[in-house]
Amino acid sequence: MKFAVIVFPGSNCDVDMLHAVKDELGAEAEYVWHDESNLDRFDGILLPGGFSYGDYLRTGAIAQFSNVMDEVKKAAEAGKPVLGVCNGFQILLETGLLPGAMRRNKSLKFICKPETLQVVNAETMFSSAYEQGEEITIPIAHGEGNYYCDEDTLKQLEEEKRIIFRYKNNPNGSISDIAGILNEKGNVLGMMPHPERAVSDLLGSADGLKLFQSIVKSWRENHVLSS
Amino acid sequence: MYKVKVFVTLKESVLDPQGTAVKGSLHRMEYSEVQDVRIGKYLELTIDKNVENLDKSVREMCEKLLSNPVIEDYRYEVEEVVAQ
Amino acid sequence: MSYLHEPTAEQIQEKKLYREMGLNDDEFELVQSIIGRLPNWTETGLFSVMWSEHCSYKNSKPVLRKFPVEGERVLQGPGEGAGVVDIGDGQAVVFKIESHNHPSAIEPYQGAATGVGGIIRDIFSMGARPVALLNSLRFGELTSSRVKYLFEEVVAGIAGYGNCIGIPTVGGEVQFDASYDGNPLVNAMCVGLIDHKDIQKGQAKGAGNSVMYVGARTGRDGIHGATFASEELTEASEEKRPAVQVGDPFMEKLLLEACLELIQNCDALVGIQDMGAAGLTSSSAEMASKAGMGIEMNLDLVPQRELHMTAYEMMLSESQERMLIVMEKGREQEAVEIFEKWGLEAVVVGKVIEEKQLRLLHHGEVVAEVPVDALAEEAPVYNKPSKEPAYFSQFQNEEAFVPNVENKKETLLQLLSQPTIASKSWVFDQYDYMVRTNTVVPPGSDAAVIRIRETDKALAMTTDCNSRYLYLDPETGGKIAVAEAARNLVCSGAEPLAITDCLNYGNPEKPEIFWQLEKSVDGMSDACRTLNTPVIGGNVSLYNETNGVAVYPTPVIGMVGLVHHLDHITTQYFKAPGDLIYVIGDTRPEFGGSELQKMQLGKISGKAPELSLETETKRQKQLLEAIQTGLVESAHDVAEGGLSVALAESMMNGAAGASVEVKGDTVSALYSETQSRFLVSVKPENAKAFEAMNEDAKQIGFVTDTAVLRIDHETEGEVLAATHEELHSAWKGAIPCLLTSKA
Repeated sequence: MKFAVIVFPGSNCDVDMLHAVKDELGAEAEYVWHDESNLDRFDGILLPGGFSYGDYLRTGAIAQFSNVMDEVKKAAEAGKPVLGVCNGFQILLETGLLPGAMRRNKSLKFICKPETLQVVNAETMFSSAYEQGEEITIPIAHGEGNYYCDEDTLKQLEEEKRIIFRYKNNPNGSISDIAGILNEKGNVLGMMPHPERAVSDLLGSADGLKLFQSIVKSWRENHVLSS
Repeated sequence: MYKVKVFVTLKESVLDPQGTAVKGSLHRMEYSEVQDVRIGKYLELTIDKNVENLDKSVREMCEKLLSNPVIEDYRYEVEEVVAQ
Repeated sequence: MSYLHEPTAEQIQEKKLYREMGLNDDEFELVQSIIGRLPNWTETGLFSVMWSEHCSYKNSKPVLRKFPVEGERVLQGPGEGAGVVDIGDGQAVVFKIESHNHPSAIEPYQGAATGVGGIIRDIFSMGARPVALLNSLRFGELTSSRVKYLFEEVVAGIAGYGNCIGIPTVGGEVQFDASYDGNPLVNAMCVGLIDHKDIQKGQAKGAGNSVMYVGARTGRDGIHGATFASEELTEASEEKRPAVQVGDPFMEKLLLEACLELIQNCDALVGIQDMGAAGLTSSSAEMASKAGMGIEMNLDLVPQRELHMTAYEMMLSESQERMLIVMEKGREQEAVEIFEKWGLEAVVVGKVIEEKQLRLLHHGEVVAEVPVDALAEEAPVYNKPSKEPAYFSQFQNEEAFVPNVENKKETLLQLLSQPTIASKSWVFDQYDYMVRTNTVVPPGSDAAVIRIRETDKALAMTTDCNSRYLYLDPETGGKIAVAEAARNLVCSGAEPLAITDCLNYGNPEKPEIFWQLEKSVDGMSDACRTLNTPVIGGNVSLYNETNGVAVYPTPVIGMVGLVHHLDHITTQYFKAPGDLIYVIGDTRPEFGGSELQKMQLGKISGKAPELSLETETKRQKQLLEAIQTGLVESAHDVAEGGLSVALAESMMNGAAGASVEVKGDTVSALYSETQSRFLVSVKPENAKAFEAMNEDAKQIGFVTDTAVLRIDHETEGEVLAATHEELHSAWKGAIPCLLTSKA
């Protein structure tokens, strides 16, 4: 399985994402510059954190118009796994691949610390390696992670089991403690916490590794089935 | 030239943490008459006079990029200016 | 300093307009004799910034010469953008600390943010990849609304810049004291990693080579910033607000990536230097001077953000996120292409010339022509008069302060909630300290530790300075500052390598202030020599006075150490019940400048604690050896608040408790700040080996499985018992509580 790590001007967790999937997971991965116009050679797309285009105007707003985003949409339509972390999540919201929007944290401050998350749905291609209801430690690092959506959308997310991770102690004011959500088709995940920062016990937690393992597992199953 | 002044504000239904903080601060400064504070963005676009359909074009810009329709509203004012 | 029409050379002389720019009458005369005529407006500007204290160190040079700057690992000492120290395997660490005090006093968010931006450029202009940021902050007491505002905005500014550019802010220190009320100190440090082959010099070699301008455009922001930084702040300073620049971390991220790509991939690059203080003037003059060459620039070619800029304004602007590079003639396009990829401008603005002149053209005319060495090297050096202040002998002869403590537990809880000791998580939770996923020990322990990928090594780093001791006794305090920084690194399992320093003092024209500077540099130099940690660079910030009140002498030490193997990494936290707790070093009743004295009296006086550099060195070596041998579970420096605070801090992660027994005078045992002490825990099976290695270690108790700190006295029985929850809430809640309480 081969991953693309999309790099926008201002991305800064691209290095961490690549290390996580390459060195800790052992998968193939490559950086892809934002003006690239073909992602066919990749099986999975990773949108890393950072401050794309300085996050000027709104977080993720300018990045949505990068060349590569048309390709990301195509990949999503084709059913390839697309994971957006932090700024990557914000970009997915701005492009409309996921519903809702981000507001500034309730405290109005940037927050960087490990958070306890609950795995709300362990039956997705991003979470199958976790136990349902499992509590995991994944760091957050954001100033705008206060997730918002209207009531109908929230109801839909809940009914369709598209809330994948919830904060145990809501750090930013997100509606319904939401830390990560899935699209309708189940192949696009956006989350504010950084699984790529939790892949080594030396740095405090390896709980994020299972997320990447889930993706690879699901891909292998599909790949074996279809071939 | 046109000068287009775009005002982007959070929808009323959306909590505005910055506005809430500023209101709290004004109250602490004893401006108790302040009922509410909403913080928005102000953008100035200088647009060529030969644009075909100014309104259509500005509306598109606002909806696609300048505001996020999920949480924000926008309005704008147009002023004609003489190029310097 | 804005005139509708630029004054003529004669007007500058007659009306003594040069004084407004910070040149004195003698200096103006010297300028005339160097260039053999009256300088015009632009030239007067060039000299005034380059001869400011900030750029020339004219007041501090004689003192700075005392620092030991050489060592077997030092690859680059003071003089370039930053110092470089070898760490083996063809790699080196690059680091420097710098002040941004004056701008932060006026506009705290942008002042702090651009301080971070500037120090990052110093690191990557050497060719290094920045891997960590640290800082050292000083504010007045956290009781006034102005101080709270400054504190909140400075922290937000550091976070805003560092988080966006994606360099982890892993450590630092914050202290609060009334002497910083009008003069907050904002010192930022950056640490980078480099392969030896990529080390750059800021030199403009080779006549005919092209001088290129890269990065953001030049505007009118920050004009005369360096001069502004070399003056006392007064009420009128607020009016100089335009001198403060606005930072653009996104631009700097692009600049950083583009410059590193150029350095690592393009052998046509001759030299590179940041346009920091004094912008285009200092970068061009210094690069030429270091190479023994000159530079001719056509200012019409300089990318400008504003209309109708004059030569004077362009040369003195301190717009951020700009660099000057020199490329081999004919290969400029290689740089242009790399910068274009990152969406940045790279423009040829001039060339290297044989004559050692800085020649500036604007609108087809030569608007300035002065010798580069005169600007960069030949600022007058002043040997300032020095005088021991009256307070010093008074403090030395004062009877030692003996604190009276009724309730030991209450006093410990109170100490833990003093802002200087209290948890700084309110601060560092706002910093992205994890980005680039190398942070093994995050902020909060003795030193931060960053692993070096693809090796088994790590870097430990810290900033330190207890300015209260320095105020009481600058020489001893200077020694302590260096020794304590080294102690922090040793406790983390690292061998201290070298230091960078940021010397923050009041107005050096006052002999008493100059005396503080001189004495503390003596103390620091002694300590650096004994501990084998040379000074590889730094920064001087004088004139930290507001309306005549000077800050405490505050030479902040930034120290970096090498962890030879990842399994040497040690934190301050107790690990497992049953581990034995040791204190290395005896305790004397020393309360001068202590946290307890400050808390009880609201001020400090008396003698600073004593320090023997021989004892210090011996204990550090022995402890480091024990850690490297794998005998130590936790190690913590015993500092502000004494042993009781150190014990509490070692159990703040809630993993375990401690039960210890003290001897002698209880108050001293608990709260004295005697130097060169360590609090260490050791597995019982390693006790013998540890004791054999650390001759001054005495066992005082053991780690327990209940999260309670219990201290007994050998004859008087229980002294105090406090739960983790009590200790933690006093310590953790103090700063948020002060910030939300009404002024």
